[in-house]
Amino acid sequence: MSHLLREFAPITEASWGLIDDEARERLTPALAARKLIDFAGPHGWERSATNLGRTTAIAAPGDELEAAQRRVLAVVELRAPFTIARSELRDADRGADDVDLAALDEAAHRMATAENRAVFHGWPAAGITGIAEASPHEAMALGETCELYPAHVAKAVERLLRAGVDGPYGLALGPAPYTRVLETTEHGGYPLLNHLRQIVGGPLVWAPGVDGAVVVSQRGGDFLFDAGEDLSIGYDRHDFDTVDLYLVESFTFRVATPEAAVALVP
Amino acid sequence: MGFDQYHEPPEELPATTRTFARLCASLTEEAEAIGWYEQRIAVEADHEAKAIMGNAQAEEFKHFCMDLEFLLRRTPLWREIAKGILFTEGEIVELGEEAEEEALEGAEARGEPVAGGTSLGIGNLRGARP
Repeated sequence: MSHLLREFAPITEASWGLIDDEARERLTPALAARKLIDFAGPHGWERSATNLGRTTAIAAPGDELEAAQRRVLAVVELRAPFTIARSELRDADRGADDVDLAALDEAAHRMATAENRAVFHGWPAAGITGIAEASPHEAMALGETCELYPAHVAKAVERLLRAGVDGPYGLALGPAPYTRVLETTEHGGYPLLNHLRQIVGGPLVWAPGVDGAVVVSQRGGDFLFDAGEDLSIGYDRHDFDTVDLYLVESFTFRVATPEAAVALVP
Repeated sequence: MGFDQYHEPPEELPATTRTFARLCASLTEEAEAIGWYEQRIAVEADHEAKAIMGNAQAEEFKHFCMDLEFLLRRTPLWREIAKGILFTEGEIVELGEEAEEEALEGAEARGEPVAGGTSLGIGNLRGARP
């Protein structure tokens, strides 16, 4: 039995399948960071730290001795609880195809947003520095005028090229600018979305949790997400009416090449 | 004619599962035959008879390998594990454990749902639809 204790939940195999499928369906479009950065693992729940390959000198325990302590990045656990009505699960087992899993959908969105935010803007309490914060390039203003987005993104790409960071690049767009881009066509009806994709040469992704936008290198090796337990659903408790579940994952994130990204602030 | 290789009503099984089960049964029969020939050869005094049975045993072993290869071609995860165990040197149990761990990690990282795995199998999304 795993630490998720799924076997103790009053949930049939069919309903577990429904819950897992719904979670996958909701998480996948929103997990922007995973579409743009290097992903290693999953290494399992037991994984506690990522090796940084560095040491800190410490006081030696005696004369004519030298000592150092290894530095590691501790794995963080992220958890999003949610509650499902048992009556809904019973209906699912009867074959209902309009089961109310809104609480799961909201938890999935919270989880994906938090993961994106940790990667792009950091999580100080977890010792994680985000891509935008780590970038030595001066942040550029994105603004709300969509017609200027191609010029802003092209300038960001030019900065990366000057820094010796070769393409292709990817573009993470926060929800508000993403919607603006979707709604906009340029002269001649050409979608702005396609124009921006051509400029970066890589994916353009909807990134809940991102403020503004971030242009990131896609050459690999620059931004490293290390998964312990990959996104999973566990069981917490239940009563007569409801069952409490949670989405969980454990990971570390580190920036190996700070200059391989440019932030465009709102 | 018996259909002992099926544990479930054959008419309810998909064709691919019936084929898989037939090859599993064939693999078992080849392994049994290899064991039987090994015992017969061990007690046979006639050299010519021994040679014939040795030749037959080698045929059974070849069929065993072909059955195994068929099954592994249809189970990519098992194939990955088998690669870490077959034709290697060293502690077999250790190699098996390591091969299984690496294959499962690889499958999960590729976002493949893994039997017995506990995660949603999302993993790496690079290259996925934005």
